[in-house]
Amino acid sequence: MNAIWTIARKELSDSFRNRWLVAISLVFATLALGIAWFGAAASGQVGYASTPATIASLASLGIFLIPLIALLLAYDAIVGEEEGGTLLLLMTYPLSKSQLLLGKFLGHGLTLASATVIGFGVAGVAIALLVEDVAIGALAAAMGRFIGSTILLGWGFIALAYLVSVRVSEKPVAAGMSLAIWFFFVLIFDLVLLGVLVASEGKFNPELLPWLLMLNPTDIYRLLNIVAFGDSGQLSGVLSLGSDLPIGAGGLWLGLALWCAVPLTGALLLFKNRKI
Amino acid sequence: MNCFQLENVSHCYDKATVLHGVDLRLKPGEILGLFGHNGAGKTTSIKLILGLMKPTVGKVTVLGGEAGDPQVTQHIGYLPENVMFYPQLTGREILRHFARLKGAPLHQVPDLLKQVGLNDAMDARTKTYSKGMRQRLGLAQALLGRPKLLMLDEPTVGLDPVATADLYRLLRSLRDDGTGIVLCSHVLPGVEPYIDRAAILTDGTLKAAGDLPSLRQQANMPVTLTVQPAGHLADLEAVMGQAKVNTGLVVKHDHGSLLVDVRPNDKMELIKILMNSGEVADLGIHQPSLEDIYVHFIGSGGLAHRGAAQ
Repeated sequence: MNAIWTIARKELSDSFRNRWLVAISLVFATLALGIAWFGAAASGQVGYASTPATIASLASLGIFLIPLIALLLAYDAIVGEEEGGTLLLLMTYPLSKSQLLLGKFLGHGLTLASATVIGFGVAGVAIALLVEDVAIGALAAAMGRFIGSTILLGWGFIALAYLVSVRVSEKPVAAGMSLAIWFFFVLIFDLVLLGVLVASEGKFNPELLPWLLMLNPTDIYRLLNIVAFGDSGQLSGVLSLGSDLPIGAGGLWLGLALWCAVPLTGALLLFKNRKI
Repeated sequence: MNCFQLENVSHCYDKATVLHGVDLRLKPGEILGLFGHNGAGKTTSIKLILGLMKPTVGKVTVLGGEAGDPQVTQHIGYLPENVMFYPQLTGREILRHFARLKGAPLHQVPDLLKQVGLNDAMDARTKTYSKGMRQRLGLAQALLGRPKLLMLDEPTVGLDPVATADLYRLLRSLRDDGTGIVLCSHVLPGVEPYIDRAAILTDGTLKAAGDLPSLRQQANMPVTLTVQPAGHLADLEAVMGQAKVNTGLVVKHDHGSLLVDVRPNDKMELIKILMNSGEVADLGIHQPSLEDIYVHFIGSGGLAHRGAAQ
């Protein structure tokens, strides 16, 4: 445990030092405040529209940004150590490969979590203070759910980045593959799903279809934040499938958690078999 | 308890065998020089002792335990060849990080940095460090937690002569405190005075291992005598000429003195003859150096190997 914390601590202090933490927090806060105030600009007015609308917009933007930030933060975790020549040295210390990777995960995970809490938390507090007739309770619940799911989504993509980082031997390759992962889950997946829906002309088992959304953590994340308001009208495109999912919010949370646990376990196993 | 013990160890990478049945051990308070051409199996041996790999055949025991066991690793210091560090951290921060990982007390950090001569640079980022400074930091890192087994791969690369002498002095005092030290180097004349035993590897087999006198005996290489004539060179040569009949030695001229190669067993006899003749003003005895022994064991193919391996 001590060794894991030592590694995590270095990652944390690195992200303070290279201002990652500050930068991500700032981006999140700016984004949240911008959407809160100008989200309704399309309908011809400036000002806070409603909590569900704000959260839905934030979640739609979040699925682009959070995976990208998580992948960028973590893609060089192992391959970077190897290219820098420090992996060999670390492995001669009383430190197992699993401990190294878990320490990295703890460090990167805490970095992303604190940036999320600080960035969106500040925005939430600002909305609560500045908007006069907002229901504080509902806002706090929505923000809490949003921050929690954002953290889980980020951790999932950190784990996916590790899956790449423990496998390849060059940093640029790891960066490229991480981008491919982003591209697949954020842009391609829904398109393919839509294509399958149209092409199958309804012959696809309708019971099974909604479950396909669980194969994409970003879809789970969006569902989680939008479905919670009980307003399925906000669900557009393939996401409307989500209203047929026979699992509640609990199932969605579990799905998101599995999207952290499974890639992380995979990365641990792959790393164990890697030659030093 | 041995610092490490390799028993009939073989190792294969994919299908190529890089170590064949190596038996080697290191006792506490001993400095072992590990020599061999590139690709001879030095790094593989070190990695096996560090527990980074498991041998395909044979047994590796380190400090009475199993190689790679955290309880064992904690007492091993290792300086890799071409050591690299996190460029954005300072020397002190890096050493503190490694001290925490090793469970070594943090108060060792400034002391060790001073000991390796980095006290002025300990708060500078390591990306500004020269090769020699990185090497010193690597050494400080290896010394964390007072290791019982110290493995140094090319420790003197990038060090100036004074720093090199300091390093060897440090290694000697560590050895006297009971640390077992493995020294890999290509600078044979540099390490020769400091090692207690040498092990020579070629193509994954251990060619020879032992202290220098026993290696010399195994190699049975001639001792070179430099003989300065008291009077005329011709008179001295006449004496040598008589001796030559008895012992079969080789004579070469060199700036008015004689260079004589003699087999180790005949050395004393020849010296007696020379002393009795009264024709000798001065006499120098040159034992075969570590380098000579190394070349002898590596064989004439040594250079070709080196070229092929690179």
